[in-house]
Amino acid sequence: MAEQLPTQTFRVTRADLIRYAGASGDFNTIHWSDRVAESVGLPGVIAHGMYTMALAGRAVAEWAGAPDAVVEYGVRFTRPVPVPDTDEGTEVVVSGVVKEVTDDGLTKIDITATCNGEKVLALARATVRKR
Amino acid sequence: MPLDPSFVGRSWPATEPYLVGREKIREFATAIGATDALYHDLEAARAAGYSDVVAPPTFPVVITMASSGRQILADPELGLDYRRVVHGDQKFAYTRPVVAGDSLVCVNSVDEITSRGGHDFMTTRTEVSTEAGEPVVTVWSKLVQRGEEDHG
Repeated sequence: MAEQLPTQTFRVTRADLIRYAGASGDFNTIHWSDRVAESVGLPGVIAHGMYTMALAGRAVAEWAGAPDAVVEYGVRFTRPVPVPDTDEGTEVVVSGVVKEVTDDGLTKIDITATCNGEKVLALARATVRKR
Repeated sequence: MPLDPSFVGRSWPATEPYLVGREKIREFATAIGATDALYHDLEAARAAGYSDVVAPPTFPVVITMASSGRQILADPELGLDYRRVVHGDQKFAYTRPVVAGDSLVCVNSVDEITSRGGHDFMTTRTEVSTEAGEPVVTVWSKLVQRGEEDHG
């Protein structure tokens, strides 16, 4: 049976999005203004896709046993992650399964990330050199 | 208005070097909640064979998003309406991790522009290398410009 990555749950609040905006330089208004997010048809402020990708990357790097182990990492953003203006915010749940270990020692992982039970990433794959 | 298909296959001149700061890496790692010593602790990074702290896997987007934004997305000839843009796909292929002290230049290209179901899709590719020409990471980003009827 294929090896599973331990499931990790990440809490995401508005404060996290503000901090990520500052650290990444991505100040797109839909990540901090309900008014603007709703005006373009979103349910409200949504997380940066790159923030969700970073959380899933954390799960992979931790599982690989080294933060510098990731040699390839790609995702498709399929669904927004709405982040309500509450103390609880929302949760992103990340799991993964090992698909292949190559002859040259690379591990290929398929990642699943969900919010409110719905997949927010597709084709989410990482290749790591596991320690 | 669809995106200008003549952008496909174009490449732009290498950007001015971006000097990767130790505190910037720590700030980014903290923002994504990553506590690994290699991202924060100089001694731990050196013990692992790096010259300085190591950046998390998605850190290069800090550099590439700004450079492709300036060179490609902001060009009025492309016809992009940034308010209608959402992130479609993102991919990184690393030759080695980014490390504080790296002086990185970006060469941006447009790999693909397509239209489907009233939406426009554009894939950019950014080759990130050191000023000396050592390849570090290749970054692909697909943006989706949603059709006008899609919101409101």
